[in-house]
Amino acid sequence: MSTPRNRTIKVDYMARVEGEGALYVKMKGERVEDVQLKIFEPPRLFEAFLRGRTFSEAPDITARICGICPIAYQMSAIHAMERALGIDVHPMVRLLRRLFYCGEWIESHGLHVFLLHAPDFLGYPDAIALARDHKETVEMGLRLKKAGNQIVTLLGGREIHPVSAAVGGFHRVPSRAELEPLREELKWALDASIATAKLVSTFECITFEPDYEFVALRHPTEYPLNEGRIVSNRGLDISADEYEDHFQERHVKHSNALHSYHRGFGSYLVGPLSRFNLNFDKLPEIAQQVARDCRLTPPVRNPFRSIGVRAVELVFACHEALRILDAYEPPPEPRVKVRPRSAIGRAATEAPRGILYHRYELDEHGLIVTAKIVPPTSQNQPRIEDDLRELMPGLVAESDAEITLRAEQAVRNYDPCISCATHFLKLNLDRT
Amino acid sequence: MRSKSQARPKVGVFKFASCDGCQLSLLDAEDELLAVARAIDIAYFPEASSIMKKGPYDIGLVEGSVTTHHDAERIQHIRRQCRTLITIGACATAGGIQALRNWAEVDEFVRAVYASPQFISTLKTSTSIAEHVPVDFELRGCPISKHQLLEVISATLAGRKPNVPTYSVCMECKRRGNVCTMVAHGTPCLGPVTQAGCGALCPAYNRGCYGCFGPMESPNTASLSQQFRVLGQSSGDITRAFRGFNAWAWPFRQASGEGHRS
Ligand code: SF4
Ligand code: SF4
Repeated sequence: MSTPRNRTIKVDYMARVEGEGALYVKMKGERVEDVQLKIFEPPRLFEAFLRGRTFSEAPDITARICGICPIAYQMSAIHAMERALGIDVHPMVRLLRRLFYCGEWIESHGLHVFLLHAPDFLGYPDAIALARDHKETVEMGLRLKKAGNQIVTLLGGREIHPVSAAVGGFHRVPSRAELEPLREELKWALDASIATAKLVSTFECITFEPDYEFVALRHPTEYPLNEGRIVSNRGLDISADEYEDHFQERHVKHSNALHSYHRGFGSYLVGPLSRFNLNFDKLPEIAQQVARDCRLTPPVRNPFRSIGVRAVELVFACHEALRILDAYEPPPEPRVKVRPRSAIGRAATEAPRGILYHRYELDEHGLIVTAKIVPPTSQNQPRIEDDLRELMPGLVAESDAEITLRAEQAVRNYDPCISCATHFLKLNLDRT
Repeated sequence: MRSKSQARPKVGVFKFASCDGCQLSLLDAEDELLAVARAIDIAYFPEASSIMKKGPYDIGLVEGSVTTHHDAERIQHIRRQCRTLITIGACATAGGIQALRNWAEVDEFVRAVYASPQFISTLKTSTSIAEHVPVDFELRGCPISKHQLLEVISATLAGRKPNVPTYSVCMECKRRGNVCTMVAHGTPCLGPVTQAGCGALCPAYNRGCYGCFGPMESPNTASLSQQFRVLGQSSGDITRAFRGFNAWAWPFRQASGEGHRS
């Protein structure tokens, strides 16, 4: 084996992340020489084959970038197309889209908190092993996840790649009575989310507080889902139309995913921590109270506490879904007529993992001329590497196994979605 | 291949080019997941577990299509490791939406997405698993139906043929009592040529089927294309309709015409 100053640590394939990748860390004593998140998930080239497809196909095609957050893709695509085509939707369609998105947040956060992340804190390889000792916890997680899936299935026919969302509205909208059966389960889910937040706040986590630039949407009256300006704690305040003026993608050799940087600033963070820190005042009182009870008050800088913030967002999403059940009335028509025209449309929405940006250029027949998609994990990837760079020096005294585990956890804090980012994980740690 | 006859069957879940949606279907079986995990040994499923046991496996579930040289070799190795190999989803059974590259010049595609194309290594085509190795059962759908997945797993364990119908979405539509979108609303629908399994979802949501379960057994695509023309669809529209999530499945590939750009 190796001495603390000169050793190589290798993990072949990182688990409990969505997609395929590797992690490479090179250390010389306490100095971190190189950190690379290698994404070997094969490129699927969506932006290339979207060209020549019609505007109306983009929501269903881009959904196939990610099976974990298809609604995020549908929503960003739809909003970008509606911007291009000058469409305003009925307020009830807008509300229904928020409900749809809440369903995805509940499903996705439930999956990450219980099945992917909690095992790290409790020392298990997976949720199935966890269930042998903590059956009720895992069962609660599965039921919570299912409550989210029930919303999605009711509105869209199935959990993954639902079929109802369309440019201009929905192919089909439910009646009030159809939504009613969701209520009882969502009430349970709200209580379960509060219990989840309390439970995960007891998990021990290391002290680690990088100086992040948090970037998230911000809306004047709501916790952000589909709309808002793109803001940061360093004074950024822009519309989605200006996104590409401020953020730049770079193609690095070690990854099939493009890396995003804030021009003039560097790496930045999107996702639950950013949303929470920049929009705490927009959370409903009940979610704010749960956060305070769990000693989560903005700014939360420790990425290992993102599990608690996800739980607070679960509280928000269940509460918001219940609010929408009260307020909803079917719109006069499920969707408005759409007339193609030559135009450019851009939109950013809050996927469970953070901002998802889409831009489409259409010709006069509504065919896509160019497309650009920037998923949250591409935006977080340079920041994940920076986290590892900052985390490693404090761990040199630890065993190889401990360093590896910490590094993997640091990556899982992001709930990285590698399938999205290619357009991730195996740890190679070189210490000399 | 099972070392002890008493041991739970070992199952591996393998990923190729895909969106992860099909393997997620297993985790979306919330009510059944823990029971399934008691009945089988989920020996390799990196997306869900840090434990990655070595093969051989009794059942291999393969998601995703082959798009790189490395993956073309990996599937050979996986095939040797799995007694029964089941492909799950349109990517694995037909090449997926990423098979649209098969009509294009791939280098140009890569240049359209990446600033430094020389860093990217990819094949010119996206192909199904069965184009590379023998496959024991192909489960359709983009994504698959979790109920069909559970049926295929239990059938395989019981050594019987999975009860997965090969008739069309039309049949399911009639059973569900849907109004035919094509007859009633003139909405183009791939239901007559698409394999059942989804429960005729799209027509129930007031839209035409877009073929996500792939071609049924002996589909009459020529007659459907003719019907589409009557409904006012252009040849570009028809090409796009067949070039979806199962574009490279032979009957759809043929029906999409060879002369059009995707
Ligand atoms: S078949 Fe569809 S749902 Fe399944 S992995 Fe491929 S893109 Fe995803
Ligand atoms: S109706 Fe067609 S496109 Fe819709 S879910 Fe079923 S097979 Fe897929």
